[in-house]
Amino acid sequence: MSEKLQIAKPESRLYMSFLYVAFISLFIGGLMGLLQTLVRSGEFTMPWGVDYYQILTLHGVILGLVLTTYFIIGFQYSLMGKTVGISFKQRKMAWIGFWVMVIGTIMTAITILLGKASVLYTFYAPLQAHPVFYIGLAFVIIGSWIAAFVNFRQLYVWKQKHPNEKSPLLAFMVVINMIMWVIASLGVAVAVVVQFIPWSLGYAETINVLISRTLFWYFGHPLVYFWLLPAYMAWYAIIPKIIGGKIFSDSLARIAFILLLFFSIPVGFHHQLTEPGIDPIWKFVQVVLTFMVVIPSLMTAFSIFATFEITGRRKGFRGLFGWFKHLPWKDVRFLAPVIGMLAFIPGGAGGIINASHQMNAVVHNTIWVTGHFHITAATTVVLTFFGITYWLVPHLTGRKLTKSINRLGIIQSIFWAVGMTIMSGAMHIEGLLGAPRRSSFSTYGGTEQASEWIGYQMAQAIGGSILFIGILLMVYIFIKLTFFAPKGNEEFPIAEEEENAEQTPKWLENWKLWIAITIALILFAYTIPFVDIIQNSPPGSPAFDWPIGNS
Amino acid sequence: MHLHKYEKIWLVFGVGSLIFFLLILGFGAFWLGTHPQSHGVTIDPNNLEAHEAFEPENLGVTKVADDEYIVNIVASAFNYDLGTDEEGTPVKNIRIPKGSTVLFQVASPDVVHGFNVAGTNVNMMVEPGYISSIETVLDNVGEYTIVCNEYCGVGHHQMFASLEVYE
Ligand SMILES: [Cu+2]
Repeated sequence: MSEKLQIAKPESRLYMSFLYVAFISLFIGGLMGLLQTLVRSGEFTMPWGVDYYQILTLHGVILGLVLTTYFIIGFQYSLMGKTVGISFKQRKMAWIGFWVMVIGTIMTAITILLGKASVLYTFYAPLQAHPVFYIGLAFVIIGSWIAAFVNFRQLYVWKQKHPNEKSPLLAFMVVINMIMWVIASLGVAVAVVVQFIPWSLGYAETINVLISRTLFWYFGHPLVYFWLLPAYMAWYAIIPKIIGGKIFSDSLARIAFILLLFFSIPVGFHHQLTEPGIDPIWKFVQVVLTFMVVIPSLMTAFSIFATFEITGRRKGFRGLFGWFKHLPWKDVRFLAPVIGMLAFIPGGAGGIINASHQMNAVVHNTIWVTGHFHITAATTVVLTFFGITYWLVPHLTGRKLTKSINRLGIIQSIFWAVGMTIMSGAMHIEGLLGAPRRSSFSTYGGTEQASEWIGYQMAQAIGGSILFIGILLMVYIFIKLTFFAPKGNEEFPIAEEEENAEQTPKWLENWKLWIAITIALILFAYTIPFVDIIQNSPPGSPAFDWPIGNS
Repeated sequence: MHLHKYEKIWLVFGVGSLIFFLLILGFGAFWLGTHPQSHGVTIDPNNLEAHEAFEPENLGVTKVADDEYIVNIVASAFNYDLGTDEEGTPVKNIRIPKGSTVLFQVASPDVVHGFNVAGTNVNMMVEPGYISSIETVLDNVGEYTIVCNEYCGVGHHQMFASLEVYE
């Protein structure tokens, strides 16, 4: 590993700005989540005529798109700054990207708050929101691209200065994730700029619904990997340092990331398995491609547990599981992400069911799906992000993670785990019984089935309330670490390779080749079905704004 | 490049299971024909009635042979149109004898809807411009809730019907 760079004040101000937005989002989005579970229990109605779907839209957009994107970009900038550095010019560009994103976020948020964009975070056509909603989203995407290109530039400049050296592992991983992000978000950008904005402004009379959905899911599937990959970065290269170990294998980690780049992009049809207009053969092809991500996931699981075991044994803990008992369970920087990892076992299994060609019909659009991404994104990813927060924020603000904050963090992680187990568990079971997702409270004419669902919705409200306490604790911890914790130095934990580690092969940094293979896979997975969708398309859809109260 | 012996075993086992799993999915899809609905049949969303199945008198349950039924439905915000009974009131509950083969055909004149006979594999997206259809055998007696499971607007949770499968 290369020398570690110090993070200067103006730099940390940049990284912290992204984290501020992320934690404000956590609070607002979490509150909306709590309100939803309460409304759906049937015991509570929103005051002031606020609509359930309005808070649902806010919850989805703020947590799914804003919190994640800001946290990831802030975290990734800090990884780049620490491993390859950031120049004055790059920092300036980064600030421009930040403000473009903030302006977009505010535009979108205001339209939602005014009740002009209750279209949920998927904004499926032909439901039509106010044009400002779509324009705001476009700004957020453009801002994130600026961040991506700053990251590319950072690595490029470093490589010019360090010829014949391999790039730092974390910088390599960030660049992979941002290549994936740019390629994937092109889909949603085209849908928003070419289809939604002209149509919502009245320049286009109709919209092709299936094309907009296909472009959305071309982006929507890699989107979840864009959340997951930063968690993987922490698991591969940061957790080993926290437990006092080394990176299991630099080259294997890089290969896993390259495979994730290949296989997380060219597949969105498994989100559209029950749609009428896509050929079943191509759906099947994409299902097969989807499952290829199992391979890098297995590699990741192996590497992480190998690191745990090797480290424990080296410290002298013997027996089959002695090393396991002696992991630093009382260190929240370790505990929070590890609970996240454990949640990924049922989460991944649920994902296999969702993506399976036929099994999908049982769970599609039921609240099972909501349960699924609350244990994957909202537990695996978010708890790992919290685990990162405990050392990243004090490192950036020049403060200490004290014993008492650590203890509070452990309590926070437990609240999260318990709340999510109750809420997501109830969602999974209720979904198997057929209850729909994204619906307000309803007795559905008093059928026997619908009355069975209500008990699970009560459980979700209990889980949701526990989770909201978790959110309050986390926001408190964030504020404390930012402004009030005692001054000091907190380590930026980056693990190193084993001393006698094998050389990482040079060909792993063949960026042009990786991008070319990715594009080839996308063209293979999409060209024929896309041409088919266009050639076989029905008359376009006019705008429908009254169903969401936007007329 | 070096791979740890246990990692090799782990990957061979994992990838082997994956291939086995995909073969089962493929067998189900291509030999048994259990694809999810994907017919690619288009329709003009502004004029559903031009299609025979969605003429007002053809909505709801039609018996086509012994143990064979067709159910035609227009899904719109926020209602499933299953036709009317003799008195002219809208049908909200349909009844079909156990063991029948049923073809569900659904179309939307406005936005995207869901069509899910809760607790069964009859689960489809309904999109303007396409006819969604699925054929199934109703083997279990009971009362099923038909729910719209894709958000279609502020009255989305009021969009439902019921299906009774009787002995
Ligand atoms: Cu509906």
